[in-house]
Amino acid sequence: MKIKWFTISVYSENNVGLLNRISGIFLKRHINIESLNVSKSEIDGVSKFTIVVNTTEKWVHNIVGQIEKQIEVIKAFYHTDEETIYQESALFKIASSLLFDERRIQNIIKENNSQIVTVAREFFVIAKTGRRNEIDEMHEQLKPFGIMQFVRSGRISVSKDEMQITALLNEFYQDK
Amino acid sequence: METLKIKTEETPKKTKMKITGAEAIIHCLVAEGVDLLYGYPGGAIMPVYDELYKFQDKLTHVLTRHEQGATHAAQGYARVSGRVGVAMATSGPGATNLVTGLADAQIDSTPMVCITGQVARHLLGSDAFQETDIIGISTPVTKWNYQITKATEIPEIMAKAFYIAKSGRPGPVLIDITKNAQFDEFEFSYQKCTAVRSYKPVPKPDIPAIEAAAALINNAKKPYIIWGQGVILGKAEKQLKALIEKAGIPAAWTIMGASAIESDHPLNVGMVGMHGNYGPNVLTNECDLLLAIGMRFDDRVTGDLNTYAKQAKVVHFEIDKAEVNKNVHADIAVLGDSRETLELLLPFVNENKHEAWVNEFKKKYEIEFNEVIQKDIHPTKEGLTMGEVIEEINLASGHEAVIVTDVGQHQMISCRYAKFKHSKSNITSGGLGTMGFALPAAIGAKMGAMDREVVAIIGDGGLQMTIQELGVIFQHNLPLKIVVLNNDHLGMVRQWQELFFDRRYASTVMVNPDFVKIAEGYHIEAKKVSQRKDLKATIQEMIASDKPYFLEVKVEKEDNVFPMIPSGASVTDIRLK
Repeated sequence: MKIKWFTISVYSENNVGLLNRISGIFLKRHINIESLNVSKSEIDGVSKFTIVVNTTEKWVHNIVGQIEKQIEVIKAFYHTDEETIYQESALFKIASSLLFDERRIQNIIKENNSQIVTVAREFFVIAKTGRRNEIDEMHEQLKPFGIMQFVRSGRISVSKDEMQITALLNEFYQDK
Repeated sequence: METLKIKTEETPKKTKMKITGAEAIIHCLVAEGVDLLYGYPGGAIMPVYDELYKFQDKLTHVLTRHEQGATHAAQGYARVSGRVGVAMATSGPGATNLVTGLADAQIDSTPMVCITGQVARHLLGSDAFQETDIIGISTPVTKWNYQITKATEIPEIMAKAFYIAKSGRPGPVLIDITKNAQFDEFEFSYQKCTAVRSYKPVPKPDIPAIEAAAALINNAKKPYIIWGQGVILGKAEKQLKALIEKAGIPAAWTIMGASAIESDHPLNVGMVGMHGNYGPNVLTNECDLLLAIGMRFDDRVTGDLNTYAKQAKVVHFEIDKAEVNKNVHADIAVLGDSRETLELLLPFVNENKHEAWVNEFKKKYEIEFNEVIQKDIHPTKEGLTMGEVIEEINLASGHEAVIVTDVGQHQMISCRYAKFKHSKSNITSGGLGTMGFALPAAIGAKMGAMDREVVAIIGDGGLQMTIQELGVIFQHNLPLKIVVLNNDHLGMVRQWQELFFDRRYASTVMVNPDFVKIAEGYHIEAKKVSQRKDLKATIQEMIASDKPYFLEVKVEKEDNVFPMIPSGASVTDIRLK
C-alpha cells in the first residue's frame, strides 16, 4: 500500500493525560508524528487535535480506530491532503541590519506574502503562513543571509466535508 | 465540569453526609456492589485501609502477598463471576507492581478497577518518597485512568470507573488518589454512572448488515464459526448454541472463548490456534464462510495472515469497531453486543445440516486422535504426560470444574483436553501470556464461585513467579486444588529451542525446590505423584477433598505439545509431530 500524508483530526474532551494516551498509540506502532497541534474547536469545551502522519491508509485507519476508542475521544477522522484545507505558520528572526543592507530580503518578504510582525533595534521578525513547501522555500531563500531563530507550527487543517460533532453530542443529550 | 459529560442514575433522595475521601471510597465500592477486594497496604493508601478496618462487615479485603497477585486474583474473580474485580495498592512500587495485571486485563478484556494511593497533591512531581507517575505508566495498559487530587471528585470518578470497566468491551481502569484527597472531608452523595458523552460502549446493531450476514449463512456450503471471549462477555452462549444448531454450523473456539459451549456438543469441533485442533485449523482454509464471533484474530490464532481464510467470505461479529479489519478483512461487519446481534440474526437464518462438511471435521479429528491425542491422554510410554493428568481431572470432576491455567505447555494441554459443561470455566492468561497468573487467579476464581470446584493447573516455572500466594490459600483455608505439572523445565521455551534453536537449552532447565515441602510449610495438604499407578487415586482424593490440596505431578521432562503451527506459518502448515 502507498505511503501518503494523512491529517488526523481528533475531537475530544479537554482532559489532562489524553495527549499522552493518544501519542502512546503512535508510539506502540512505531509511527512518527510529523506534526501535532492541539487547540479548541468550534464547540465549547471540546478540544481538537490535528495530527499529521506519513503512512499507509491501512495503518491510519487502524490508528484512528484505536484513537476513537479512547474513552475521552468523541470522534476521530482522517483525510488526505486533497480533502483538507491546511496551513502551517512560521516565524523567522533575523538581524535588523540585514533589512537595510540586503535589499533582496525585502523582496523575499514581499514575494512570499509574509509580514514583518515586529522590528527591534537588534532584530526583526517575519511571519509566514502557508503550506509546508512554501515555508521551506522561504527558509531556503533566507538561509544564506543568516536566520537567528526559526520556528514552524504544526499543521492546522479543516476538512472539506463535514465533521458532525455537534450532532453526535446532541444525540447524547437526547438519548435517555 | 464532569457532571455535564456523564449521565447518572437518578436517586429520589440525596442523603448527604460529610465524610473523608477515604471513607467515601468505601461507600463508592459498596454502592457498586463490591464485597471483596484484593490488595496490599502502604503509606499513601493508609487512610483507605483505616476505613476498610472500620467497614469489615461490608467489605472483605484479602491481603495478597504481592500486588501482582492482587490484580490476578481480581481478574480470576471477574472472569468467573462476570463482575468487576477490584485491587488496591499503595503508591510507587505498590502501583508499579499492578502493571502486569493491568496489561493482562487490558488485552483479555477483563473488567477490573485498581485503586492506588498517591503522594499528597502538593508533593506531586517532587520525587517524594514512593512517588511514581502511575498515570503515565499505566496509560497504555488501561481502558481509562484518572488521578483524583480533590476529595470532591471521588464519587463521580469512582462511578465512572466502574461504568467504564464493565461496559462495552470491558477492561481495566486505574484510579490514583492523592493522600490529601483521602483525608479531606466533603459532602458525600453517590449516583451510579450510566453514560459518558465521549464514549459509545455498544454500537447499535445494523439490521441490513445482519440480514446480509444471514443471506451468506443461508447460501454457504461450508460455513464455519470461530468464537471468542466476546460470547462469554456478552452472555451470548445460548444464542450462539441456537445459531450453530439451527444452521448446522461446525464451531471452534479460541482459548479465551473456551467453555462457552459444552465440550461434548456435537458441533463443537475444538480449538483453533497454534496448538489448537487439526481440523479447526486446516479447515479454516477450506470453509466458504467464516463467522468470527467475539474474537479478534490474534496472531496465535491466525498464523500467517496472507494465507488465512483467503477463500472464505468473512463476517465479523464484534463489539469493538477498532477490531474490524485490523487483522483480517471482514466482508460484513456486524457491530454490537454479541447477544443482541445473534438474537437478531437467528430469525433470518434457515435451518440446515451440513453433514458432509461437519464430517470433514470428524475425519480430521480421527487423524489427530491417532497421531497425537491417543498418545497424550492414553500414553503407553513410561513417563507421565500432561494430557493424562488433565484427562484424570476430567473424569474425577465430571467436567464440572473451573480450570485455571498458567502459561506454557501445561496451558495448551489443559485448553486442548479439559472438558467443560459450564461457561466461564476456563480461566487463563490468553493475550498477554503472563506466567504467574494461575495461582492468584485461582484464588479469585474460587472466591468468585465458592460453590464450584476450582482446579489450578500450573507449570513448575509459573508457580515460582507467584508462589507466595499459597499464603492466601492457607490463611483463608480456600478449598482450592493446585496441580503442578513439573517437568523441571520451562517447557514451552524448551520445546521451541528443540524445534527451532537446535536444542540449545539456554536457561530453560529448572533446578527446583521440594514443592511439596513448600506447600506443607503453608500448612496445605500436599502430595507428589511420579508413577502412573498412583495418578487416578490421588486425583480422585484431591477432588474429593474439601480442603486446599496441592498435587505435584512429575511429568516427562521433554514432551512437546502438538499439533503446532510454527510461528508465522500458515494454519494449513500445522505439524502433527
